[in-house]
Amino acid sequence: MCTSIIEVTRAEGMAKRGDQWFPLSQAVVAYDHARHAPLGDVITLDFLNTALGADARAGIELTLETAKELRAALDRAIAAADFEEAEVRGKGAVPRLVQAA
Amino acid sequence: MSFYRGMTCENVTLTGDDGTKITAYVARPAGPGPFPGVVLIHHLPGWSELYIETTRRFAHHGYLAICANLYEREGGSDANPDDVAAKVRAEGGIADAQMVGDTAAAVKWMRAQPDNNGKVGLIGSCSGGRHAFIYACQKHDVDAVVELWGGGVVMAKEELNAKKPTAPIDMTKDLAAPLLGLFGNDDRAPSPEQVNQHEAELKKHGKAHEFHRYDGAGHGFFYWHRPLYRPEQAMDGWNKIWAFFGKYLAK
Repeated sequence: MCTSIIEVTRAEGMAKRGDQWFPLSQAVVAYDHARHAPLGDVITLDFLNTALGADARAGIELTLETAKELRAALDRAIAAADFEEAEVRGKGAVPRLVQAA
Repeated sequence: MSFYRGMTCENVTLTGDDGTKITAYVARPAGPGPFPGVVLIHHLPGWSELYIETTRRFAHHGYLAICANLYEREGGSDANPDDVAAKVRAEGGIADAQMVGDTAAAVKWMRAQPDNNGKVGLIGSCSGGRHAFIYACQKHDVDAVVELWGGGVVMAKEELNAKKPTAPIDMTKDLAAPLLGLFGNDDRAPSPEQVNQHEAELKKHGKAHEFHRYDGAGHGFFYWHRPLYRPEQAMDGWNKIWAFFGKYLAK
């Protein structure tokens, strides 16, 4: 497999590599053969800052199955975070959520 | 000479596409030569240890071998090849034209070596297999080409972009060297159907080629450090390569 399945998105935050944290500029999601994990094809996540050089990178290789579980976990956490944000800010939230909070 | 030939290895600097300086790893067999030359085009994971080892493997078998760092611009030759490859992936790969320019520099370097026998073969796997095919279609200065499971030889119109403006399969009529292709039937990029399309186009244009398709193998079945490795198919494949280069690169 030598795919062109790749998604590049903006990333704001920091990532850790070794004992160093670096600011992020983008996240890259791809599906291709693993370079490190003893697996066939994997979802790869690369958190990068291309302005800082090639070594400003935190890379992850996941099986498709556990990538789906991660996506579900992200969805749950983000939904809960949106709820929290709505509660704290007190505006922009749908009425149902405001009442529930 | 002992069964196990000695060799010397070094990094050299080439003047690549657009005059950019790029690094290339060279493995030179011991002895006076002359040696047939092999230019290696690395795969999508970059100028990796696997490719450096494979360069030495060719020297061990009596070939003067060179492998240029096609990702030099994205991180230099000192950066971890893995990180550089991730950066290249984020940028949508390298431009085909740039690859041709860099590979031309490696071929030129080879032809300038006094211990080259005047023959130069080209080999690549994965994206490098695709690149090797493209090169042999566009530049007519290699004597044989080996494409190992080149992904993206067959491309849909919507996959074309500024870096990859033409589907390699549409270059087939210009192929100017005999081609050996090795493929795994469990691969999905290229799929067996795409391999069939690739071969049909070669036949249509009367191009000298031999394709071998392996059952029980997928993508990258030569990669001994990956679960994709298939020893039986890989060793048969290597024997096909030695026979092919032995035939076309002998003086």
